[in-house]
Amino acid sequence: KVAVEVLDHLERLALVDFRDTEGIERLQNAIQFADQLHEVNTDGVEPMDSVLEDRCLYLREDDVTEGNCTKELLKNAREKVEEYFVAPPGNIPLPKLEEQEIVLQGS
Amino acid sequence: LFQVSAALRAGRVTATELCQRCLSLIKSTGFLNAYISVAEQAALRQAEESEKRYSRGQPLGVLDGIPVAVKDNFNTAGIETTCASNMLKGYISPYNATVVQKLLDQGAVLLGKTNLDEFAMGSGSTDGVFGPVRNPWSYSRQYKEKSAPESRSEDRESNWVITGGSSGGSAAAVSSFTCFAALGSDTGGSTRNPAAHCGVVGLKPTYGLISRHGLIPLVNSMDVPGILTRCVDDAAVVLGSLAGHDPKDSTTIQDNFKPFELPNLTDVSKFTIGVPKEYHAPGLSSEILALWSKAADLFKNAGAKVVEVSLPHTRYSIVCYHVLCTAEVASNMARFDGLEYGHRSDMNESTESMYAATRREGFNDVVRGRILSGNYFLLKQNYENYFVKAQKVRRLIVNDFVKVFGSGVDILLTPTTLSDAVPYMEFIKADNRTRSAQDDILTQAVNMAGLPAINVPTALSERGLPVGLQFIGRSFQEKQLLTVAKWFEKQVQFPMIELEEVKKHDQGIFQHQKSAASS
Repeated sequence: KVAVEVLDHLERLALVDFRDTEGIERLQNAIQFADQLHEVNTDGVEPMDSVLEDRCLYLREDDVTEGNCTKELLKNAREKVEEYFVAPPGNIPLPKLEEQEIVLQGS
Repeated sequence: LFQVSAALRAGRVTATELCQRCLSLIKSTGFLNAYISVAEQAALRQAEESEKRYSRGQPLGVLDGIPVAVKDNFNTAGIETTCASNMLKGYISPYNATVVQKLLDQGAVLLGKTNLDEFAMGSGSTDGVFGPVRNPWSYSRQYKEKSAPESRSEDRESNWVITGGSSGGSAAAVSSFTCFAALGSDTGGSTRNPAAHCGVVGLKPTYGLISRHGLIPLVNSMDVPGILTRCVDDAAVVLGSLAGHDPKDSTTIQDNFKPFELPNLTDVSKFTIGVPKEYHAPGLSSEILALWSKAADLFKNAGAKVVEVSLPHTRYSIVCYHVLCTAEVASNMARFDGLEYGHRSDMNESTESMYAATRREGFNDVVRGRILSGNYFLLKQNYENYFVKAQKVRRLIVNDFVKVFGSGVDILLTPTTLSDAVPYMEFIKADNRTRSAQDDILTQAVNMAGLPAINVPTALSERGLPVGLQFIGRSFQEKQLLTVAKWFEKQVQFPMIELEEVKKHDQGIFQHQKSAASS
């Protein structure tokens, strides 16, 4: 079973909440499912990142070829001031699991 | 496609007429819920432009004036792109995905965006915020004939079957004749699965052949744009216009790609067809098993060499996918914070609480579940045991394929799905993850290895629903794969769907398509 501190930590990292016991159960099932991986013997096997690992990545010259589309990019943002995206104040940690319910209920 | 293109060039039909007919068919098949957005004005404008080109005798190519549809996880400038999620409702992209741009540059007429599972996560096209997509075959004469008389009266509302997913909208659109080709995406079988259930051709190209620029990513190392059409020749045409290096997507290969026309193969004796025994998965319906055997015999009787092969790590591909997919999803979904685009919560206490609230409001359970699982597998204490372990298993799966193709096998023949399409009411009894784990088993390993694969509609099941078979080819050998698939398509003569709505609109144009499919 996953420890409460880990659940808390996960919610903080993912910035997504479990919402209820069903969500937590879903995670437990997912972990149990993934445990089947340990049946496979992978001694001496290198991990694979991509099927194209034998090829060289395409690199082009470091010249500016496009851009200057500030207006279009800002169109989709809800809160903006001049050419800035506006975010609420940062450096305020997310409240712990218990306190969260109270805070999020207001949203 | 060749037939319609010829008709357009000869002036037997105009691009505008074609467009209008498709648009009105979309309206009369609205109950399928295949489309999220229909770009009527823009499509008619494109059709007009195409018409002008034809009247000057200067069409851009085979695709000029052809109505197409695109899955709603491809960015389209000026048309809403939602990924069937609250997170992107109302989001209008400032740019076109490369594949969309390529289609438009060829003169194709973009009718609209099709429905999918939220963020392409799912195998039924049932979990999007715009509702589930209904399989057009639910309303076909063939299916209705086979349903029990008692259920026929409440038929329309309760007995309909799913399209499969996650590109269900695209598959339904092509299957119901509302467009001539559609784009889907394939990460674990998302193009081939609905293609099999809707009786259309679903092509998953080799990873790296077609640009992913503009395709909202799910799993960067496995996603590819998928092509859905009514026949194999059409898939080759669309592939020809989309494949090739894209400087905006560094995961596309730099080799020169030459579009090809498929030869009319008559002699298959030079081919070796592999039948992987592990694909006789638990839960495979006896009908499909029989069809698979029949297909193998077909090749044998035609002179091809048919051998049984083994891909021993197949049964781990789902678990491996589960870990790699959720891990990549956790990373890819991190961009949705409400600041630059998409939904933004009213919560304003702090940056983090705004992000958390935005994401809780914008994502559904499936997406949130995967993000959390993914983050779990990426935790420092779990990284080696789960993520890296899955990457190692991935290599084993890929090596299985390398070994088999290296031993002289040219094409693998497997079933695409475990059974024909299930009724929606039955499908929703199990949750998304369980369903995906079951349904993806036959298609997933191909994405792991990045190989090309195609679903070819083969026959109708006992219940009157389509069943398809999957052909898997060597990396970047699409021409060989499609040539064999085309031969097979010709042998099986898959029947036309008999839909009332299509019959009403049918005036010659669709007749061209029908003769193409049965010739």
